[in-house]
Amino acid sequence: MSSDVNERIIANPKFAELTTKRNRFSIILVVSVLVIYYAYLFVAVLMPDTISRAISPGMTMTIGLPAGFAVMIVSFILTGVYVRRANSEFDALNRDLIEEAGR
Amino acid sequence: MNRRLLSLTAGAALLASTAAQAAGNAIAGAVQRQPVNISAIAMFMAFVVLTLGVTWWASKRTRSASDFYTAGGGITGFQNGLAIAGDYMSAAAFLGLSGMVFAKGYDGLIYTVSFLMGWPVMLFLIAERLRNLGKYTFADVASFRLARVPIRSLAATGSLVTVCLYLIAQMVGAGKLIQLLFGLDYAYAVVLVGVLMTLYVLFGGMLATTWVQIIKACMLLGGVTVLVALAMSKFGFNPELMLTKAVEAHAMHEKILKPGGLITDPISAISLSLALICGPAGLPHILMRFFTVADAKAARKSVFYATGFIGYFFMLTVMLGFCAIVLVGTNPDYLDKAGKILGGGNMAAVHLAKAVGGDLFLGFISAVAFATILAVVAGLTLAGASAVSHDLYANVFRHGRATEKQEILVSRIAVLGLSAIAITLGMLFENQNIAFMVSLAFAMAASVNFPILALSMFWNGLTTRGALIGGFAGLFSSLTFVILGPTVWVAVLKNPTPIFPYEHSALFSILLAFGGTWLFSVTDGSERGKAERGRFLYQYVRSETGIGAEGAVAH
Repeated sequence: MSSDVNERIIANPKFAELTTKRNRFSIILVVSVLVIYYAYLFVAVLMPDTISRAISPGMTMTIGLPAGFAVMIVSFILTGVYVRRANSEFDALNRDLIEEAGR
Repeated sequence: MNRRLLSLTAGAALLASTAAQAAGNAIAGAVQRQPVNISAIAMFMAFVVLTLGVTWWASKRTRSASDFYTAGGGITGFQNGLAIAGDYMSAAAFLGLSGMVFAKGYDGLIYTVSFLMGWPVMLFLIAERLRNLGKYTFADVASFRLARVPIRSLAATGSLVTVCLYLIAQMVGAGKLIQLLFGLDYAYAVVLVGVLMTLYVLFGGMLATTWVQIIKACMLLGGVTVLVALAMSKFGFNPELMLTKAVEAHAMHEKILKPGGLITDPISAISLSLALICGPAGLPHILMRFFTVADAKAARKSVFYATGFIGYFFMLTVMLGFCAIVLVGTNPDYLDKAGKILGGGNMAAVHLAKAVGGDLFLGFISAVAFATILAVVAGLTLAGASAVSHDLYANVFRHGRATEKQEILVSRIAVLGLSAIAITLGMLFENQNIAFMVSLAFAMAASVNFPILALSMFWNGLTTRGALIGGFAGLFSSLTFVILGPTVWVAVLKNPTPIFPYEHSALFSILLAFGGTWLFSVTDGSERGKAERGRFLYQYVRSETGIGAEGAVAH
């Protein structure tokens, strides 16, 4: 890989497009995952009475149990969301970029 | 990480004495039966034969350094996802988390959720950049534009310390577990684990290590699925009924569904969660797996599958804990005279296997638990050996002038050395309270390896001086805080009060590492520092596009 290739990539507006789009998407997802998780953690640690309320009167099942499972499931779904977009849209953009730089 | 959570080994010390009592007290056989467990041994032997076969197959395909360290980059995203999940689903997670739910109820779920959160973060920020920049070890990334000798030395130190702490915990855990599950001697177990892991890594390299991990992951996922299905069938697959019975059966009653006890102050909560979020992205045996796939696309897929498998496994583990409250906690066969569970808190899942599936299933789950330890120590040994041969030998001592053959030879010697160390330490620490070691390993990974890796990827201002000072600050501070904190100062050294008040200290050591790195980078006016900042742009191009990446399809 020569420095020419690097310079051509940096000069190509698609590079800025790729990195801006992908980094913005990553940051949105990181922040979402952390907000969801820390919201759950702090409710659980600081408001134990709220999280241990029954999901409906008379039931043993509390809000906290499905909530904990939901945090795990949502995290998994978000990884799927990222991989789907990155492996299609971003990778296509990346391929174009590399092809153009190689010319 | 919490000491209770990781007290596989501490609990196991208890188990050992119980097992000894049982052995010497044959009349009380109805209360406690831990004789040589034939079905468990037979199933474990089947696993050993299968994995040695895989090793033999892999040894024929392991020739180059790239084969040895990364299986030639030929692992698919799905396979790597399983292998990563296998590394993370350790015996401590399986037995420890289910045991914690069994004992504490809801608090166990909070831990379990926290354990998963490192993975999405790893995917969004680290995985593909790691793949694009590295070759064999994460030190490749850190030394991409920084000075090779100091940075490799730091990264190798961080890796080896993390690996050794983890290895000791696993070896002692294996010894205790075997003693209890199979009725075999502690020393046999430690030597057996040491010899088997050496065979896998020495001859089969990364290819064998990966497949051993994949086989074990499938056994564990399958075994736990059957276990939960059998247990839930006792409640007509009705979670509400199961919970109602669990609340009735547990001594704490409805309090088991309420958080409390384990995490009380926000500092500890933040500290623990940070160690768990940053830890996976600093554990060398996990990071190494990202170089076994072809490209960034496969690296992303690996984390997606790994997160799915780990999440699924964790949810089942929590259900196991609740089911065990009813099916194990109320059955006098599994309790001692004081009403405590036989063999200690980590045995809930194992007893549950017997309660719902009989002796044969107990044998299977015991064999899986042992296979789990074996597969994890193999990965750790390979990671440690790579740090010795690729970072220290080839790049620090030989300044990149070692031949591939010499490097492989050194890595094989390092494997032998590490397993000798692991066996020796396993013997030495038999009767020590070593539960803090895994939490220390996680704190180290999060405060040494992770900051260097993340800053070298994302911050153009990073210089060698900053990384070196910050990295060692993270290393010594995490070590000091744990030693002076409640886990070692009070629990191990028997002092009345801790000098450092928090059990979880990662928050402070991570801040010190990042702060130190920042401060000593921005004040670095040297020519070398300037040149290093200047090299960031080309590194950034490679990290974002994969152009020039090792073994990548795009050139």
